[in-house]
Amino acid sequence: MVIVAIENLCKTYQLGSRELCVLRGMNLSIAGGQYVAIMGPSGSGKSTLLNVLGCLDRVTSGTYELAGQDVSILSDDELSRIRGARIGFIFQSYNLIAQLNVIENIEVPMYYQGRSERESVSRARELADMVGLADRLTHRPFELSGGEQQRVAIARALTNDPVMILADEPTGNLDSESGAEIMRILQELHARGRTLVIVTHDSNVAARAQRTIHLLDGRIEREERTGPL
Amino acid sequence: MAMHVSTIKRTVTLGLKSLWMHRLRSALTMLGIVFGVASVIAMLAIGEGASREAQDAIARLGSTNLIVETVEPPKERADTGGQEEVHRYGLTYKDAEAIHDTIPDVDVVVPIRELDQEARYRRRKVAVKIVGSIPWYTDIVPIRMLRGRFLSSIDLRQQQNVCVIDERLVAGLFGFEDPVGKDLQIHGSCYRVVGVAGAVTFEAGRNGSTNGAALSSSSGAAAGNVYMPLTTAKSRFSEMDLAFSGGRESAKRVELQKITVKVQSMDDVLPMRDVVEALLKRLHEKNDYRIVVPLELLRQARRTQFIFSIVLGSIAAISLLVGGIGIMNIMLATVSERTREIGIRRALGARKHDIVVQFLSETLLLTLAGGLLGILLGLLIPLLVTHFGDMPTIITSTSLVLAFGISAAVGITFGLYPAYRAANMDPIESLRHE
Repeated sequence: MVIVAIENLCKTYQLGSRELCVLRGMNLSIAGGQYVAIMGPSGSGKSTLLNVLGCLDRVTSGTYELAGQDVSILSDDELSRIRGARIGFIFQSYNLIAQLNVIENIEVPMYYQGRSERESVSRARELADMVGLADRLTHRPFELSGGEQQRVAIARALTNDPVMILADEPTGNLDSESGAEIMRILQELHARGRTLVIVTHDSNVAARAQRTIHLLDGRIEREERTGPL
Repeated sequence: MAMHVSTIKRTVTLGLKSLWMHRLRSALTMLGIVFGVASVIAMLAIGEGASREAQDAIARLGSTNLIVETVEPPKERADTGGQEEVHRYGLTYKDAEAIHDTIPDVDVVVPIRELDQEARYRRRKVAVKIVGSIPWYTDIVPIRMLRGRFLSSIDLRQQQNVCVIDERLVAGLFGFEDPVGKDLQIHGSCYRVVGVAGAVTFEAGRNGSTNGAALSSSSGAAAGNVYMPLTTAKSRFSEMDLAFSGGRESAKRVELQKITVKVQSMDDVLPMRDVVEALLKRLHEKNDYRIVVPLELLRQARRTQFIFSIVLGSIAAISLLVGGIGIMNIMLATVSERTREIGIRRALGARKHDIVVQFLSETLLLTLAGGLLGILLGLLIPLLVTHFGDMPTIITSTSLVLAFGISAAVGITFGLYPAYRAANMDPIESLRHE
């Protein structure tokens, strides 16, 4: 199954009277279960591509189909629903909500999908257990280490059983040991058949992926096969 | 917009958590609403209390009554030609008869003659006000008999030397003796006390509103009233009142101080005033009377109270408005401080609507909690005012509902803008926000 089908995608920002082309005619296809790394220097359009993939941003022209659904024509509310239901986000700076504890943070995406409290709690416990935080359920983010926070974020990304997990420099803020732990978990998710897209600067991280896509000036410069598909 | 009970519960819990994160800020923000609501309730209670007293005093005069009072007209020196003469003026027995006989809708006509005298019992003496009237006096003034009976028609017909004293005189004249059956000495004659009546005061409030003061029927010096048959009062006491003023002796002659006319219903009061006025105009050359309509005074008092309430309410509403602006200010600061949280929530599937609900419910929680505390404080302040300020206060349920409603309205009004601002932030920008 094709999860991401991007054709001729352009993204232009209006800066005053000047138009800034960030993505210029990009074509990209990602199949279900693939582990894809996106690399490139700053300004190459990595973040913009990630935002488009995550339905946080709209395309200027071209089409983007997510799991067979054309998302370039959806309303803001529909995009919110897609983000919550079909995509799992993992950020460089974890982005947990400070006033909520571990279990509540994991529950957030389920809350917006209107799932019942009882269901959310049991699902959140299960996921916390999976990322090895079963004994930290009532801790607040400031009581956790960076690695633990990122594990909460991974658990949170999995709650609604997304079709694709988007990770933006997931190990960027972590020491090598915690980073390795996070990479191990991601690897495991891939092994279980999840579709992963990781934006990274770190070639060691990229080396774990099956495909590495190098961006330059808003275009795909080249693609490497780093592992078997 | 349909929200499940559990959704509401979770929204409220989340709101409380966020507010609890900044306890001091939330508490300070709430204070604006607390004082606003408390002042609405307290001001309305004080206003209501002040006016109720005046209204009660007027209502005691009887809303179906029409009171015609004697007024001393300016003397016409030219007519008397310098020659000393008795100044005759005021209401007469004939007036009372005329009102009674010629106006068909009149229910009761009660002529009243008032005199300031000194009453004695054994060695004790006290300044009293003689109220000469008829047995139907009790129809126009709600007199409560504590002992014995009121004046009867036999007393009136036979000009009996009997009287009813008011309770304020009992201790001063009789000490611990039972006054009923004792003889009171007034102006050289003895009057048998047949009853003790509860005191009736017309003074409006301890502060005495203007309306009430004009209607006050007890003169300052008198310790209390002595009621006796009008016929007795007429025959035993001179209608002449001698006084020295400006080195000259002057004499006044007044028959009746008051005629109270009672009609069937409140609707008849104002037409009756016109009829009585027309009648008296024919009978009197001089403008030596005035007609007081308690109902009209009551309406005036109510109008005054209404305006008073509006003024007090507006002051309080302004303080609520200030509190509301304070809340909006804080919520805007909160929104910009929590930009990142908003971005995270949007990325995790929150719709704009969800963000609006989240921030609006936080504002509402603040204002409703502030409203509840304000109600408690608003209930306390009138109590303290009554206790220490010796002022009557009345807390109406309307003011509680009003204050709570206003605090909710303030929450929604001043919460909407920050909430919409939060919802309309660009998720990408918000996520990048430090």
